Amino acid sequence: MSDPLTLVVNGERRSLEVEGRTLLVHALRDGLGLTGAHIGCDTSQCGACTVLLDGRAVKSCTVLALQAEGREVTTIEGLARDGDLHPIQRAFVEHHGLQCGFCTPGMILTTADLLSRDAAPSDEEIRRALRGNLCRCTGYQGVVESIRAVGVAS
Amino acid sequence: MIPAATRYARASDVEHAVELLAEPDAKAIAGGQSLIPVMKLRIARPSVVVDISRLDLRGLEEHDGAVHIGALSTWAELAASPIVERPGLAAIAECARGIGDVQVRNLGTVGGSLAHADPASDMPAVLLALDARVGVHGADGKRELTVSDLLLGPFMTSLGPQDLVTDVVIPLPQAGSGSAYVSVEHPASGFALAGAAALVGPSGEQVALTGVGSTPFLLPGGDVHEAISAAEIFGDRFAEETYRRALAVTVAMRALEQARARAEAVR
Repeated sequence: MSDPLTLVVNGERRSLEVEGRTLLVHALRDGLGLTGAHIGCDTSQCGACTVLLDGRAVKSCTVLALQAEGREVTTIEGLARDGDLHPIQRAFVEHHGLQCGFCTPGMILTTADLLSRDAAPSDEEIRRALRGNLCRCTGYQGVVESIRAVGVAS
Repeated sequence: MIPAATRYARASDVEHAVELLAEPDAKAIAGGQSLIPVMKLRIARPSVVVDISRLDLRGLEEHDGAVHIGALSTWAELAASPIVERPGLAAIAECARGIGDVQVRNLGTVGGSLAHADPASDMPAVLLALDARVGVHGADGKRELTVSDLLLGPFMTSLGPQDLVTDVVIPLPQAGSGSAYVSVEHPASGFALAGAAALVGPSGEQVALTGVGSTPFLLPGGDVHEAISAAEIFGDRFAEETYRRALAVTVAMRALEQARARAEAVR
């Protein structure tokens, strides 16, 4: 049994059919082809599937797709503008904020939430904000340096 | 993992939600931060999920000598609310800031957490220490419960299948009061191995614990060490009983110390 769902994804109205049990991450990946939201753990712990829902970081594996009806979703695909990387993306490239890159979309969207509340967070606040994003390359130091660099530049 | 098949229904108001919850095995969903993980593990297999997340049960207000917290207020909203900045209510924001992670705090709600009744959830300890009451709306209308009447055991509450938590009412602590919440968490899960909330005011001191028993509970008055050594405290593979009891004393003393300091600062 499926229900119609309309979302505003990366600024664009998108409609699709989903089941009651469909998780937002599956709607994005399988329904809309936006595979930047990664599925790392399936137990709501790793944060690789983090997207922005109305501007706030959420784990898209822990939201029912239908709960997001009519709301704005930002995925990693929606950050770059006209081929120019978003400043957070650029900082991750420049400051070695990724190794394998699997956790990176989630890290970047959590960072977007953090910086929207506090443009220049301390290292302690950065580390606290990353608690819901696991990196199994253990590249956290590079991630913290990347986020600090965006904060300083802003 | 993908949850078992279920239907989805969006409630338009509290009465509608109560009506939808009449279906056998229906389950209310608010922020989903407790329910969806157990649906993914297929521990929960609701026939229909009743989405209450858009109901008008949000926000914090202060009136009639109490702070009224809408059940759908998120941890992020509690952590940032100026209403709970006063020293007597400081434990609320302090506790909310430490729950889960940013993503969980953006969606997880106080009402959802109470209804889920995880024995190690943080906020019930604070609500017990602050003498909060919980507003419930069910098929027979509204009623109010104490937190200890609500929480019966691990993941067990006195809520009926059609009952919704609507709000939490916290009497304003007397002038000159301070409160605090301190916990020691399991490093992976983030849940409290032992957590303590304390309220210190002109009429005395009160401490509640979480993570150490089958439900969060208020310590009887008198000496904290004695009360904790007499309390029923469990052990598991993360913390054996003697260690958890020692942790309970540590967090209780730290919470008291912090609450006293906050109370003194405003006297």
